[in-house]
Amino acid sequence: MSIDQKTSENIMKNERLPDLGLPQGGHYSVDHDPDDLWGDSRVIVNIGPTHPAMHGALRMVAKINGETIEKSYCEFGYTHRAKEKLGENRTYHQFVVYTDRLNYCSALVNNVTYAMSVERLMGVQVPDRAVWIRMICCELARVIDHLICVGINAVDLGAFSFFLYGFHQREEAYTLIEKLCGARLTTSYTRIGGLMADAPEGWEKQVKDWVKRTRVVIDEMDALLTGNKIWCQRTIGVGIMDAKLCQAYSVTGPAVRAAGLNYDLRRDQPSMFYKDMEFDVPIAQNGDVFDRYLVRMEEIRQSLNIISQCCDRIKKGPIWADDKRVRIPEKDVVHNTMEGLIHHFKFFMTGFEVPPGEAYTTFEAPNGELGFYIVSKGGPAAHRMRIRGPSFYHFQTLTPVSDGLKIADMVGLLGSMNIIAGELDR
Amino acid sequence: MDINTPVPTIYGDQLEKFGELWKKQVQTLKEKFGDAIEEVLFPKEANTDVPIIFVQAARIIDVLGFMKNDAGFEYGFLADLTATDEESAPRFHVVYNLLSRKSMSRVRVKVRTDEENAVPTAISLWPAANWAEREVWDMFGVRFEGHPDLRRILMDVRWEGHPLRKDYPLRGYQIFPTPEAIDPSLLNY
Amino acid sequence: MSKDGSAAYFTTRVDAVVNWARKHSLFPLPFGTSCCGIEMMATLCSDYDMARFGAEAIRFSPRQADLLIVAGIINAKMAPVLKTVYDQMSEPKWVMSFGACASSGGIFNVYSVTQGIDTVIPVDVYVPGCPPAPEGVLHSLIRLQEQIQKGETVAQRRERQSRAGTLKSIT
Repeated sequence: MSIDQKTSENIMKNERLPDLGLPQGGHYSVDHDPDDLWGDSRVIVNIGPTHPAMHGALRMVAKINGETIEKSYCEFGYTHRAKEKLGENRTYHQFVVYTDRLNYCSALVNNVTYAMSVERLMGVQVPDRAVWIRMICCELARVIDHLICVGINAVDLGAFSFFLYGFHQREEAYTLIEKLCGARLTTSYTRIGGLMADAPEGWEKQVKDWVKRTRVVIDEMDALLTGNKIWCQRTIGVGIMDAKLCQAYSVTGPAVRAAGLNYDLRRDQPSMFYKDMEFDVPIAQNGDVFDRYLVRMEEIRQSLNIISQCCDRIKKGPIWADDKRVRIPEKDVVHNTMEGLIHHFKFFMTGFEVPPGEAYTTFEAPNGELGFYIVSKGGPAAHRMRIRGPSFYHFQTLTPVSDGLKIADMVGLLGSMNIIAGELDR
Repeated sequence: MDINTPVPTIYGDQLEKFGELWKKQVQTLKEKFGDAIEEVLFPKEANTDVPIIFVQAARIIDVLGFMKNDAGFEYGFLADLTATDEESAPRFHVVYNLLSRKSMSRVRVKVRTDEENAVPTAISLWPAANWAEREVWDMFGVRFEGHPDLRRILMDVRWEGHPLRKDYPLRGYQIFPTPEAIDPSLLNY
Repeated sequence: MSKDGSAAYFTTRVDAVVNWARKHSLFPLPFGTSCCGIEMMATLCSDYDMARFGAEAIRFSPRQADLLIVAGIINAKMAPVLKTVYDQMSEPKWVMSFGACASSGGIFNVYSVTQGIDTVIPVDVYVPGCPPAPEGVLHSLIRLQEQIQKGETVAQRRERQSRAGTLKSIT
């Protein structure tokens, strides 16, 4: 298949793409590398853990031949914070805070998934309003995460202004989240069985206004980069993660959809009210950096659709489950009655008991399948709190895909994988 | 109210959807592998969301390979590989969370093991198991037989002990004066 | 020259001029490891714009930077790397400890986490918050500039001590 054919399939209805006279290839063969001027003078280069292209603190040790990576291995664990161990030593209520620090670009999704997994263990049903707010939160977080990912990917490859567009829109989204819970990045918004606070008056309308503005900005960003010749040359055909590799390495999320696998947990295994939502799951074919970029851009648009649908359907109502075990006592009860004060004290000091059982609860996080495998043996803390971060499995593909690439292309590949050190190392 | 109370907004329909399928699959497994299937825990009967199939360590790769490839199963996606420390003999359970992308049903396969006995590696079925098994080794000290590269992954190579074991203290700090060195042997040097 | 043509003088000490120049030309090295790194990027971006305070020229090489911004967790595996990077920077150098994890370990009092980077390298400014809001970062930057002007930072004290011959150890 020639590059031109590939391009036309890649571009998915986008007609602004110019006719590219691209050179063949993208994957460079080591044996026929034109840059191999030095004969056998191969060197080992240590990239990271503080290299600007290694997001967070990743490290790649590569044996390079000229500019080409011949063989490499990856090291991580430079931000290991023992969250799984803390899950066994903190109460379920306290652990909400630690879930923020998993994928910190989309902390709300982690909060919601964690709350869902504990509620599932306890058989708690949260009221409709709480579910709708959680859905809006998830999609807001998805938009933010994708904006950061494509923005930083573009910065790594030299397109700086694109990044500024995205970050401005992200700041506006953070203002909305601040109105919701008072924090920007590490939200800790959900509680087991409810939410920290109800959305303020008129918040849904502000979200809808933001959605309108963001649609315009996304179109602008698209116009800026999607048809850009330099961007296309740097990304099309580079860093191909094909369907076979994705399945073998348990890759999920936009990366697997860019490889042509039609798989999205929001649609295929719907939780919350996703089965009532109308949205498309964007698919691309080649699984290169450009496809992952396109899938993310389209997912931003779909998320905006979901947000506006949620804002239309959300109604007033309670945000706490009607369950004495998990409900944080109201402040007027705490301040005015003895029983309320004792309840409050017991709730925060010893935590609530979760009945014995185990469950693996997943949700489609912006990066892929986020899962909490919680084993409870009764008591206020988990026996085992396993966090399945998508980045852990994605990062494993870096070595097989990048061997044979130029170092500069590896940077683009890594940016498009969206490895978040927080959920990689946990 | 526990895990057996279905919650509609959190996958509450899983048991109705897949209950029959799971029963059938477990039946097939028991017929085919006999003694290798040590124990099966079903939802409702035990406190779990999906069936837990305990398999003998020696036969685990056969069972997983059958579940991955056979037409009635097709659990081709290794969602997660981890372990738990049970504090009683046999000490560790290695946990495989599997997903079938065709039917979207999940099952959990467990293997009982301890510090001495190694579990066969699943890399031949899923290359994804490579790092997951390294993490289990790093955190729990469970060895995997046939693993090509069983090194520490999250902790420094000089770290002593396995942090997620229940007897490892939460604040068992260890300090190293120098950064972790490059290992040229991993690059065929 | 003043208006009537006579010479006008402005007297100051050389080190005050040097400090004034130093405080307005900080070259930060962003040592972003986790969540705080994202907020650091937000501070550098157009909405908050750290360039207004003369500290926007990001340098990823420690040889070219004089302000080390440690944004995020430093654990047992990372601490020696941080020490190496700090040692590679040329004098005078300043360190900003960005966020709770870097300042004290924050909510992570666990086996792998260094309980504050001041156990590894000397720190001039601590920014509270988990992660700090960009406004907090700008505030801390201004505080650091004040300190530099007054000559109170660790590096400047070290400089004076080394001139006086009373410096005991490098860090």
